[in-house]
Amino acid sequence: MEANWRLASRQKALWKRAAILQAVRAFFVERGYLEVETPQRIPAPAPESYIDAIPADGWFLHTSPELCMKRLLASGYERLFQICHCWRAGERGSLHIPEFSILEWYRSGTDYHSLMHECEALLPYVARAIGLPNPFYYRARPVDLASPWEKISVREAFWRYARVSPEEALERDAFDALMVSEIEPHLGVGRPTFLLDYPVQRGALARPKPDDPSLAERFELYIAGLELANAFSELTDVEEQRARFTREETYRRSLGRQPYPTAHKFLDELSNMPPSAGIALGVDRLVMLFTDAATIDEVVAFTPEDL
Amino acid sequence: MLPVGELKKGTTLILDNEPYVVTTFDFVKPGKGQAMYRTKLRNLVTGAIVERTFRSGESFEPTRLDQHNAQYLYHDGDHYTFMDNDSFEQFTLGEEALGDATKYLIDNLPVEILFFRDKPIGVNIPNFLTLRVVKCEAWAKGDTSSSDSKPATLETGAAVRVPPFINEGDLIQIDTRTGTYLSRVKE
Repeated sequence: MEANWRLASRQKALWKRAAILQAVRAFFVERGYLEVETPQRIPAPAPESYIDAIPADGWFLHTSPELCMKRLLASGYERLFQICHCWRAGERGSLHIPEFSILEWYRSGTDYHSLMHECEALLPYVARAIGLPNPFYYRARPVDLASPWEKISVREAFWRYARVSPEEALERDAFDALMVSEIEPHLGVGRPTFLLDYPVQRGALARPKPDDPSLAERFELYIAGLELANAFSELTDVEEQRARFTREETYRRSLGRQPYPTAHKFLDELSNMPPSAGIALGVDRLVMLFTDAATIDEVVAFTPEDL
Repeated sequence: MLPVGELKKGTTLILDNEPYVVTTFDFVKPGKGQAMYRTKLRNLVTGAIVERTFRSGESFEPTRLDQHNAQYLYHDGDHYTFMDNDSFEQFTLGEEALGDATKYLIDNLPVEILFFRDKPIGVNIPNFLTLRVVKCEAWAKGDTSSSDSKPATLETGAAVRVPPFINEGDLIQIDTRTGTYLSRVKE
């Protein structure tokens, strides 16, 4: 039998991937972050309207290490990072794979602005470590990683690219459709873009802005149309978090989705969490960006279809 | 009904009372938002391409197309002629109706002609085809810069990426749905 060419053809990308992971680790170690590994099978995932966890022997495979990472923050850890696999049921496309790799890092005593600075430092650090020139090209589009990166609020982006307010888009249930078709194609063109300050309904585990509680301190990082990372100033208001979990879980159940038990330990310990910020970055997409790969299939050792 | 999540490249469906075939299909999901499916669809009657984004949960009426076994005969410019194996009737289809299939048409290729309301509107070609490589660069041993794949041209004119050990004159198996190399075929 001939050697499996699909597996063999990824070898160059996998060498780059390994170098990228090493550089990411070096970056966080240099900055005094503790690398942790939290369990990947958990009893109660954070309920989110459009993310489905995969059941595993009575518990669930985590969709993100977020809840465990925050319990560590709440117990006094100050700087944490983790690189791990996560699972999201049914997500398969050119940028999605149901088992994917995530980089999450968390810091206490700070907010989402410092995470933007850290993104602006991390990506050039990794790009230099693997010998990528600046600017470099992703799918024939130039990307300049030099600071400062573009910042645009969700409100401004909706007005500029979709000629509608985010509130109206939410009301018409068109928020995500407009985001995909009208807004995302304009983000991260030429240089990276932080899309920030989401309507609080789309805030998930982010805290409301002190000067405008209708907005959540959440940003997404886009580069060359790729959505790379999602970050929050973490919500530390236990009652607000409990209410949001209840709302999300009720909505999930109304759609007939797999019910989750309540994450009691997380909610109980959240009251001890200092003001903090946290971010999740898609490792596979970072490798795509730095290897000029058109699909996620090119940068993982195995796709589900290869198994 | 056909749920949007089950569409694939090549699926046919009815949209606004017209038959379409899916030519590209991708799952998209903005951060923490709803899953959507971004598609390009080719109108099976007019050949027009439309881009549509559907939400998960939407579904379609499947198209009922009659299929006749046929073979490819020849082409004249961008008109391609096929013969029905049972009636020996000949049909001519334009390039726009055939889409990617034109890249793999080789004399006497067995195909299925698709009929919508008695009108021929397209063909299905076999998913797997064995074709000869007529052009590709030789493999420079030790050249690691091109170690993953290299471009090649097949006897039908189709361009594919092949592994470095493939040479001109080799027979290779192609997946016509994705246009990708599968394996070398020993003669």
